[in-house]
Amino acid sequence: MNKDFSRRDFLKTGSVGLAGVVLAPSFLNLLTSCTNGTASLSDYMSHFEVNEEMMQKVIETALSRGGDYCDLFFEHTISNYISLQDNAVNRAGSNIDFGVGVRVLKGDQTGYAYSEDVNLEAMQKVAKTAANIANTSKVVDVSKFQAVDVPNYYKVNTPWEQISIDSKIPFLKKLNDKIFSMDEKVIKVSVDFSESTSFIMIVNSEGKLVQDYRPMVSLGASCIMEKGDRKESFSVSKSLRKGFEFLTDELVDEIANEAIERTNVLFDAVIPIAGEMPVVLGAGSSGILLHEAIGHAFEADFNRKKESIFSDKMGKEVAKPFVNIIDDGTVAFSRGSINVDDEGNPSQKTYMVKDGVLNSYLHDRLSAQYYQVDPTGNGRRQSFRYSPVPRMRNTYMEAGPHTKEEIITSVNNGVYVDSFTNGQVKIGAGDFTFYVKAGYLIENGKLTTPVKDINLIGNGPAALADITMVSNEFEMDYGTWTCGKAGQGVPAGMGMPSVKVAKLTVGGKNA
Amino acid sequence: MNKQEKFELANWTVDFAKSNGADEVSVSIYNYKGSDISIRKQKIDKIQESIERGLDINFYVDNKYSSHSTNRLNKDSLERFITEAIASTKYLSKDEFRVLPDPSMYFSGNGIDLKLYDSTYDTIDPKTKLDIAMQVEEETLGMDDRIIAVTSNYGDGLVSRVRVISNGFEAYEESTSFRVSASASIKDANSRPRGSDSVNSHFMSKIDAKGIGIVAVNRALQRIGQQKIASGKYVMLLENRMARSLLSSFLNGTNGSRLQQKRSFMEGMLNKKVASEKLSIIDNPLIISGSDSRLFDGEGLVAKTMPVIEKGVLKNYFIDTYYGKKLAMAPTTGRSSNLEFVYGNRDLDAMTNSIKKGIIITGFNGGNSNSATGDFSYGIDGLLVENGKIVNPVSEMVISGNHKTFWNKLVEVGNDPITNRAWRTASMLFESVDFSGL
Repeated sequence: MNKDFSRRDFLKTGSVGLAGVVLAPSFLNLLTSCTNGTASLSDYMSHFEVNEEMMQKVIETALSRGGDYCDLFFEHTISNYISLQDNAVNRAGSNIDFGVGVRVLKGDQTGYAYSEDVNLEAMQKVAKTAANIANTSKVVDVSKFQAVDVPNYYKVNTPWEQISIDSKIPFLKKLNDKIFSMDEKVIKVSVDFSESTSFIMIVNSEGKLVQDYRPMVSLGASCIMEKGDRKESFSVSKSLRKGFEFLTDELVDEIANEAIERTNVLFDAVIPIAGEMPVVLGAGSSGILLHEAIGHAFEADFNRKKESIFSDKMGKEVAKPFVNIIDDGTVAFSRGSINVDDEGNPSQKTYMVKDGVLNSYLHDRLSAQYYQVDPTGNGRRQSFRYSPVPRMRNTYMEAGPHTKEEIITSVNNGVYVDSFTNGQVKIGAGDFTFYVKAGYLIENGKLTTPVKDINLIGNGPAALADITMVSNEFEMDYGTWTCGKAGQGVPAGMGMPSVKVAKLTVGGKNA
Repeated sequence: MNKQEKFELANWTVDFAKSNGADEVSVSIYNYKGSDISIRKQKIDKIQESIERGLDINFYVDNKYSSHSTNRLNKDSLERFITEAIASTKYLSKDEFRVLPDPSMYFSGNGIDLKLYDSTYDTIDPKTKLDIAMQVEEETLGMDDRIIAVTSNYGDGLVSRVRVISNGFEAYEESTSFRVSASASIKDANSRPRGSDSVNSHFMSKIDAKGIGIVAVNRALQRIGQQKIASGKYVMLLENRMARSLLSSFLNGTNGSRLQQKRSFMEGMLNKKVASEKLSIIDNPLIISGSDSRLFDGEGLVAKTMPVIEKGVLKNYFIDTYYGKKLAMAPTTGRSSNLEFVYGNRDLDAMTNSIKKGIIITGFNGGNSNSATGDFSYGIDGLLVENGKIVNPVSEMVISGNHKTFWNKLVEVGNDPITNRAWRTASMLFESVDFSGL
């Protein structure tokens, strides 16, 4: 059906992938080139129905009041979701977002406006608004555009645009049925699937012109069990920058097994005695410690403004020599990876802490300029409606010299935690928290009683200095993590070896 | 797009969808515009202007349901978007509970003006906005050598929306919002604590930002020397502006979706005691110029005042049409609006004076709640009180409990509600709360 769609019509209508329309051949060519990384910039300009002359004019307008720099961020995102509840795949939906953001910088000041119409008149209008951050009549020469090639860290085999809803639904049903079949205590299961595809093009007044094709998918299940008069629930969600190849029976089994196993343990779990104690963080999603305790405070806007507790610690020893902490946008297929950041800078692997010494903040253009360093590729934004700010990508710690067994046996009285739902940090004070969904007490060097639903709190610099052991086994987590800052949410990844923090405050009961 | 154009497009959308396979359709079309200015060190840090539009549409096709949104509103794009969306809906399972609300429950006009729209919105000079933000920061200049920076922000917005539902609902709503805020960062020996304050209103003329920068700085200064203290059970005084954080996870248990999905600790608690008799909560969507006032909810159901908790007894859940049918219960409304409380006789200072040893909660830091069991655990900042006097700021601590029993520890609700927020919480005094620290 709808075989006569033009490419532009097709791109802009798109609950594409929902019904599995027959694609226009020209679009298929573009899609193929996007997914394998060979799309030309002219493909992208055609996609957004703009040309170099138009973009040149918009940038000139944006800089007409004396701005130092301007960039245009074009975005077209198609998102689809499907939900299962009460044994039925009974809800689905889609969203189309299309527009361009115009940013003008004058020194460390920002002017920003955006348009949902991508034509010259509309773009000129928002460019004039953004231009108002400056107020001189200086004429700026706009450089001729030069395409920038970047590596592709998430090549897609089968793009979501080619997959109809009926190909996705069976995986939700299988996951639901599998969880119900595994334990008769299960009383409710809900399954949520979502995928999105973003076409991004960035052009700036320095002549940089770069594009990115960003797929994203997640599948998750929530399981509720009843045992006597007690109910417990646990949710598992996995996410990667992949196409349809993400959905496999193995993934279904992995999510189902984890949901059943984790929920069952909660029936034996207790709320621990409150207080300060050693905490062992299990490999994988314990990377939330790095994200909250350290990562945000290393984002250079907070440091440029002297608001971060780490703002006077560059080059200083902040951890034991075996501690290496990295923010990396190049991890293959990871949710937090980006080929280019949202300012057009190539992604990279950035050592925040190297051999225990604070090595680098995470920079956007403004902070890189302030610190006179190269951008680290951390300028990110939720969509064209936002100007970019420094954000983490995939944050992890490299493996260390200890074994997991050595770490656990070194603790007489503490907790082991390896399942989390959320975290937060107060940048200035450095106090961070993360919510533990499940873990165990450690008594005399052994994991004993399960614990659940406790918040852990610590102070960033103190916790970093208190990392006394790091295991030799590293695990990347591929949970569905979204990081919030300044009203913007961006996908993030994390990873961790097992780690011992000498003391954190554990929420709990008092005698 | 003006009001008439939005109605025309919404009705065209309904007609097109119904003639292309949808049995029923619910459409909402909106425009939004807004501006933001941030000031730091008497200089513009950032200006932003936002102009948006969008269409949200729900399809009911042979007892199957889907919901979609787009910002591509030309009819050619919409035709294909709708055609595709309806085609996709047909792949879903039938769901007998997915029906539109009973039209007799719809809002049908009552002549009430809730006064949510400021007609001067488009006439406000950008310089006026800039001056307001500048003045907020200017007031703090020279206040204290330890100030790193004060950031002030002015923001406004105007949203207009039409809703058309195919079984007999049409309505238009528009509202404006204005907000001025300040955030202060100061240098302490080993910390850079922050403080903030804000004012907001539907009307520019009611924005009085004088002094909010000073309040923000004083709140940050109050954090100097903050430290963790011993774990234990303490009296807890929850500052009025912080009460929503804890209350929201408690009221999550009254949500129809959670109840039906067996994910609520409030299941089976209707007309039973869930809190001390000091707690009475009324959902009131009809407050004139209230932050979250409305004449109808997201489904078009007429808005009305509803008791949620009366003297500690749960009187109503928040239930929309879909989960109402699944639960075999009458729908109330799917989400809360403005919440009012039965207030007491003392303010925060008076209650502080009566505390022998306790902690005033002045901020939350992360944490979460298990809605199935009621367990919660939140990071906090606060002020230690001994013999009625504030003696030291505390931080890096956690409060924990279970909502099923925690609200019985409420011994007093203050007389100091915050009236410019949707949830008009007052300060709340609790006894014997578990704090984790040293």
